[in-house]
Amino acid sequence: MKSLSLSYLDHAAATPVDARVLEAMLPYFSSVYGNPSSFHSVGIEAKRAVQEARKRIASLLNAQEENIIFTSGGTESDSLAVLGIPRTKVHLDALRAKLGEETIPHVITSSVEHHAVLEPLLFLKKRGEIELTVLDVDRQGMVAPQDVVKALKENTLLVSIMMANNEIGTIEPIADTGRAILSWRKERETPYPFFHTDACQAAGYLDLDVEKTHVDLLTLNASKMYGPKGIGLLYIRKGIRLAPLIIGGGQERNLRSGTENVPGIIGLAKAFELAQASREEESSRLTVLRDALAEELLTIPKSVLNGHTTKRLPNNVNVSFLDIEGEAAILYLDAEGIMASTGSACASSSLDPSHVILATGLSYEAAHGSIRFTLGRSTTKEDVQHVLQVMPGVVERLRHMSPVNLDMKYFEKQ
Amino acid sequence: MSDPIIKPTHEARKGDVVTPAKGKGWFYTDMVKEHFFSPKNFLEDEASYKQAYLGMVGSPACGDAMKVWLKIETIDGVERIKDFKWKTFGCASAIASTSMLSVMITEEGGMPVEDALKLRPQDIMERLGGLPARKVHCSVLGDKALRSAINDYFRKSGQHDRVEVEHGRLVDKVLKITDHDIEEAVLEGADTLEKLQEKIKVGTGDPSCIPDVEQLLRFYKEKHFGA
Ligand code: FES
Repeated sequence: MKSLSLSYLDHAAATPVDARVLEAMLPYFSSVYGNPSSFHSVGIEAKRAVQEARKRIASLLNAQEENIIFTSGGTESDSLAVLGIPRTKVHLDALRAKLGEETIPHVITSSVEHHAVLEPLLFLKKRGEIELTVLDVDRQGMVAPQDVVKALKENTLLVSIMMANNEIGTIEPIADTGRAILSWRKERETPYPFFHTDACQAAGYLDLDVEKTHVDLLTLNASKMYGPKGIGLLYIRKGIRLAPLIIGGGQERNLRSGTENVPGIIGLAKAFELAQASREEESSRLTVLRDALAEELLTIPKSVLNGHTTKRLPNNVNVSFLDIEGEAAILYLDAEGIMASTGSACASSSLDPSHVILATGLSYEAAHGSIRFTLGRSTTKEDVQHVLQVMPGVVERLRHMSPVNLDMKYFEKQ
Repeated sequence: MSDPIIKPTHEARKGDVVTPAKGKGWFYTDMVKEHFFSPKNFLEDEASYKQAYLGMVGSPACGDAMKVWLKIETIDGVERIKDFKWKTFGCASAIASTSMLSVMITEEGGMPVEDALKLRPQDIMERLGGLPARKVHCSVLGDKALRSAINDYFRKSGQHDRVEVEHGRLVDKVLKITDHDIEEAVLEGADTLEKLQEKIKVGTGDPSCIPDVEQLLRFYKEKHFGA
C-alpha cells in the first residue's frame, strides 16, 4: 500500500489546513489564550487580534467590520440567516402592518441548495412559520434570475440562492439576481426581500465583493478554503436585524453568544486572505486540469457531465456513468489511492440519491452512477492522469458485474 | 516559509474506507472487503447460463437491482444447488453479501434447496462479520433474488405447489400498502412513523390503519435491529 500514489480529489468536502494558516493560528492556542471579553492584557491581546482579523475579512468582502458575525461554520451561518430573518419581530411586524395580521413571510430558495439551507426552511414551513417557494433549475443546475423575480410576492422576506453548487459546481448568476431584487425593492420602496447567498464553495474561486454581488447576507466557512474546521462567518448588511440562534453572553453584537473561537478566527482571516490572493492564478490553473479531466472521462461510454460546461467552479468535475453504482466505484477508486465522492443513494444515510442531480432533470440511475472529483491546491497533472488511468477500469469492472444495461435515454428522467 | 501545498498522506488514510454519508462513517469488516474487492461467482459468461434458473429483484429503496442464476441437481434424492452466479447493480455491501451468499450456497457440495429456503439475511451478515444498520437491506436483496430463482426452479420442474409467493397482508387499503412494504421501508431506515410516511405515505389516505402500522413498525424494528 505504501507505494500507492495518492490523489485527494474531494476538496469540496474538506481541504487541508494551509501551513501558513496553521502557523498564524498557533500562538492563539497557548500563548494568547485570553478571553476577548476580559480586561487584562492577555484578554485584550486576544480581542485586538480578533478585531484585526475581522477588519481584514471585512475588507476582502468590501464590507464593514461590524457586519461580520463569526459562527461555528457554514451550517450555522446558513441557519442563522434563514431561521433568523423570518423569526425577527421587526420584519414580521412590518409585513403585518402592511399586509394584515395573518401574514406569514414568504421565502424563496432553489432546489439545488445545500441541506444547510433547505432543511431549516422546510422546518419553518412545516411549523407554519413561512410560506416557501423552491425554484426549479435548468439542466445545468442554473437558477434563472427572472424565475426569482417571477416568484417575488408582497410578503417575500428572504431569497436564498447559493453562489456555486457544492455537488455539480454550477456557478449561479448571483449578481444578476441581486440586481433584479434590488430594483424590485426600489420600485416598491420596500426593504424586502433580503438576499442571502451561501458562498462556501465559491471562496477561492469567485469574487465575493458584497457590493458587486448585491447580497445582503453571505455565508462563508474556513474549512473549504484551506482553513480550520469549526469556524465560519455570516456577513449581514448594515441595518438588517435578525434573531440570534445562540443566546447568552452577548458576543458578536448579541447575534452569536459564546466565547470567540480566537484561533479559528485568526485562521479564517489568514485562509481567506491567501485564497483571495491566489484566486485568479489558481482558478486558471485548475480550469485547465478540470477540462482535461472532464473531457477524457466523457470518452468513457454512457457518461454525461453534471452541471454547467463553462459556468462552473474551476475545481469541479462531476460525471455520471450509467449502469454502475457510485459507492462501489468510490471504494474501488479509494483502493487505488483516489479519493472522490458520489451522489448515489447507496452512499447517503437517507438512501436518497443526490437531490441536486435529480433537480437538474436526470434520472435516479444517473444520480446513482455520479462521481464527483473536486480538485485543489495539491492537484497536479499527475493526479488527473492517475484518475484517467484508473477510472475506465473501475467503470468496466462494475459494468461487468451489473445486471443492468440501460439505454442512454435513461440519463433523463423518464 | 514551509510549503503551503499539502499532499495527502498515508497517515490520513489510516481510517480505512468509509462511506461519505452525512456524519455516519462506518468501517467494513475484512470479510466484507475481501468479498467486495474480489467478488466470488459473479456471472461472466451469460451464454452458458441460458438454461439456469433465474431470479431477479429490484430494491425500490435505492433503486438497485440483482440477478441470480442457479443450477440445481438432484443427488441421492436431495435437490442441491450446485452453482450460484449473480450480477448486481448495488453498493459494496450488496456486492459483498451476494458474493458471500454464493459461497455459502455452493460450499460443501451445494446447499439443499430446503436449507436454502431457510437462509435468512442475518446468516449472510453473520458470515460477513456484520453490516452497518443502514446497509442491512443490501443483504436482503441477495436473499430475495435467491428465493426468486428457486421459485423459477419449482415452476420449471413442475412443482407448482412449492412455489412460495410472498403474500403481503394489506394494511393500508387506500394506498394498497402491505406489511412487506412496511418491512422493506423499515429495512431502509424508516424507524419512526414519520419517516415511514415520508417514504411510503402509509396511512395518509386511511388514518385508521395507523395503530396497525405502528405495531408493525415496532415488530420489524425488533426483528431486524433488535430495538
Ligand atoms: S445496494 Fe444500495 S445501499 Fe446497498
